[in-house]
Amino acid sequence: MNILMLGWELPPHNSGGLGVACYNMSKALALQGSTIDFVIPYQAEYPEIDFMTVHCATKLAPTEHYGLGAYDSSKVIDKASDMRDVQKRYTKFVEKLVLSSKPDVIHAHDWLTMEAGIRAKQLTDAPLIVHVHATEFDRSGGNRGNPLVREIEYQGFMMADRIIAISNITKNIIIQEYGISKDKIEVIHNAIDVDILNDGYKYDFRTYKYLEYMKKQDYTIIGTGGRFTIQKGMTFLMRAIAKACQKYDKLLLLMTGDGEQRNELIMMAADLGISDKVFFPGFIRGKQFRDAYSVEDIYVMSSISEPFGLMALEAAHHGNALIITRQSGVGEVLHNIFRYDFWDEDTLTDQIIGIATSTALRTSLQQNVKNEYNKISWCDVAKKCLRIYESIRRRVAT
Amino acid sequence: MSKRGIVLYLHAHQPYRVRKYSVFDTAINHDYFDESTYDIKSNNEQVFKKVVDKSYKPMNALLEKLLATYPEFKVSLSITGTFIEQAERWAPDVIESFKRLIASGRVEIVAETFYHSLAFFYSLNEFEHQVKAHQTKIRELFGVETKVFRNTELAYNDSLAKWADNYGFKGIMAEGWDPILDWRSPNFVYRPTGTKNISLLLKNYRLSDDVAFRFCDRSWPQWPLSADTYNEWVNTSITDKSIVNLFMDYETFGEHQWEDTGIFDFYETFIGKWLDNPANTFYTVSGAIEAFEPVDEISMQNTVTWADTERDLTAWSGNSMQQEALRYIYAMEDDILRTNDSELIGDWRKLQTSDHFYYMCTKWFNDGDVHAYFSAYESPYDAFLYYINVVRDLRWRLHHYHHTGGLNG
Repeated sequence: MNILMLGWELPPHNSGGLGVACYNMSKALALQGSTIDFVIPYQAEYPEIDFMTVHCATKLAPTEHYGLGAYDSSKVIDKASDMRDVQKRYTKFVEKLVLSSKPDVIHAHDWLTMEAGIRAKQLTDAPLIVHVHATEFDRSGGNRGNPLVREIEYQGFMMADRIIAISNITKNIIIQEYGISKDKIEVIHNAIDVDILNDGYKYDFRTYKYLEYMKKQDYTIIGTGGRFTIQKGMTFLMRAIAKACQKYDKLLLLMTGDGEQRNELIMMAADLGISDKVFFPGFIRGKQFRDAYSVEDIYVMSSISEPFGLMALEAAHHGNALIITRQSGVGEVLHNIFRYDFWDEDTLTDQIIGIATSTALRTSLQQNVKNEYNKISWCDVAKKCLRIYESIRRRVAT
Repeated sequence: MSKRGIVLYLHAHQPYRVRKYSVFDTAINHDYFDESTYDIKSNNEQVFKKVVDKSYKPMNALLEKLLATYPEFKVSLSITGTFIEQAERWAPDVIESFKRLIASGRVEIVAETFYHSLAFFYSLNEFEHQVKAHQTKIRELFGVETKVFRNTELAYNDSLAKWADNYGFKGIMAEGWDPILDWRSPNFVYRPTGTKNISLLLKNYRLSDDVAFRFCDRSWPQWPLSADTYNEWVNTSITDKSIVNLFMDYETFGEHQWEDTGIFDFYETFIGKWLDNPANTFYTVSGAIEAFEPVDEISMQNTVTWADTERDLTAWSGNSMQQEALRYIYAMEDDILRTNDSELIGDWRKLQTSDHFYYMCTKWFNDGDVHAYFSAYESPYDAFLYYINVVRDLRWRLHHYHHTGGLNG
């Protein structure tokens, strides 16, 4: 099986989960015997990637690619010309590439590569799979978002032979917001690569020394993270913490990340009278990032709209009990968690206090979710992709 | 020489499920069992009325019909106190139909704890109180005395048998579990080790579960099970033996197995076929004990129940949440009882019902096999959360009475 994989980033040049997911999926597909041509829009060397051929569509440096904001579509407007220019060059490159080697299947990830995918399909007649990690609806926090981006997504969905959504939540958005038939969409949940996390990491108790000290005084550390945007629903979490503190005040909230809502959140904590209980370490990477998971007891994913939410699995790996909104896709693959509707502050409060005040509940949630996410593997993801490839090939052939 | 016979025993029970009781209710609202949202599984009234229509009404009608048609048909029932209370409130006609069944003289009521609790393992005083409360309720309502005892979930061990013997019961019921029975058959009357006068009836779990669990299972090689085949199995099983103890949930009929599976017709036909053979009859639990002497002694040092492949208590007390909840609730006993507040005491007793702890079970949940998981709540963690919020409210009410103790303890 020759797969033309159209991606926008690969680690370490990734700005989020898209690159990680594409990398792991491709690796697992290669292990199942597929030949993969992976196209990226910038110039970079990947000496460690020997399981597929990486094609660089432009001579741009990865840093320039960062500036293009794979995740932040508001920048598309500011830098529309840049972004559109890169996409056009990317598409041109793909057009040339398929002339020399015709793929069996084209697998395009998110709106960034959909136009290239459509062109490749037109030129080769190979089936097109559009893999949806996030829609413009998600990125704009449930609003309409950028009409140009939505138009490209819609074209991609229409032209695709099959659409892969990373959760039922995303599938429903594609049906309801874009009017696509449900029969065309398959759900394949993302997995977590535990091997990458088991890299000899050891928690350093000194990173968050104050929080460790407070834990010894019976405080419970609640964590959340990501971009501080409306999509993440963090204001609801903040109010729930304030409510919870009125009933049981040995709670602290650690909010890692950064974004447009940062100042609003800081102000909000002050207005609610809990500034001393909320910690903003900013955007952190690497060891500090993982130590944050480790110091936390409970991880809350408060998103209003979250296609998947890999951070929840990472938090579980570091021993957290999980509370996840019903609007987050990752909740579809986990059972040993608490769930709530993003607006339901009272239920969230109840769950936080319940975990904070019961050792049995906390340890049960923490231990049982660990047994669970371990079973979700990229190998299964690859097998499901292959099944879809096969079904489309048969249909196109007949 | 007595005829060989089936001992059919049906267990009717409904718990008071705890509503979605949050930390915002604690110390304010004490209506733990009154879910106001209608269409959810923790709404006791809704669940009760649904099961009345699906199971209690049609099955009682069938039992009445069978009693009228076959003079030899007999059945034993256990009806928990929490069931009776809810039936009196929401389905008084069901109580009336039970009265008619019992008036036939061929329906025996089995003794148990009023609150369907596991109190035997936590507080003997409380346990005896609940057994007496149930006997009193049965006497008042149906005008009969109970003679045979079954503990909640058939949880049984040697010391329970000794207790029942001393208490004056003439029979007790347990699971006929192979590792205990070894080469012996459950189809005889036994005597519990260390007892003088009491007899032991052991559930024939294969033939019971063929009906209770497997009847509607389309992946079962024997599906669909016909009354002829089943009658053959039961006849084969009882060859040269005394009895076949078919013990199951009453709700098997119409609730666990829906009417459209054909369960009612199947059972009616089976009973007719069984009695076609003049060598066959039915016994109530005490009838079987009167008709047959114990053939041997049986000892169960460790507790055996009728649940899961483990047949132990782990479905109720296997994980730390369940252990914490059980510890908290029974630790309050003395403080609760000395308030003499009947409402508070009643709430505390309703919280002892084993179902609450069963909902917190994570055994199957870990495997992601949520379908096998029958619960009033979204997850075992939700069940625990609401329960613990109620425990805190009980403590708050106690604090009011006694002005002692911390609220966090």
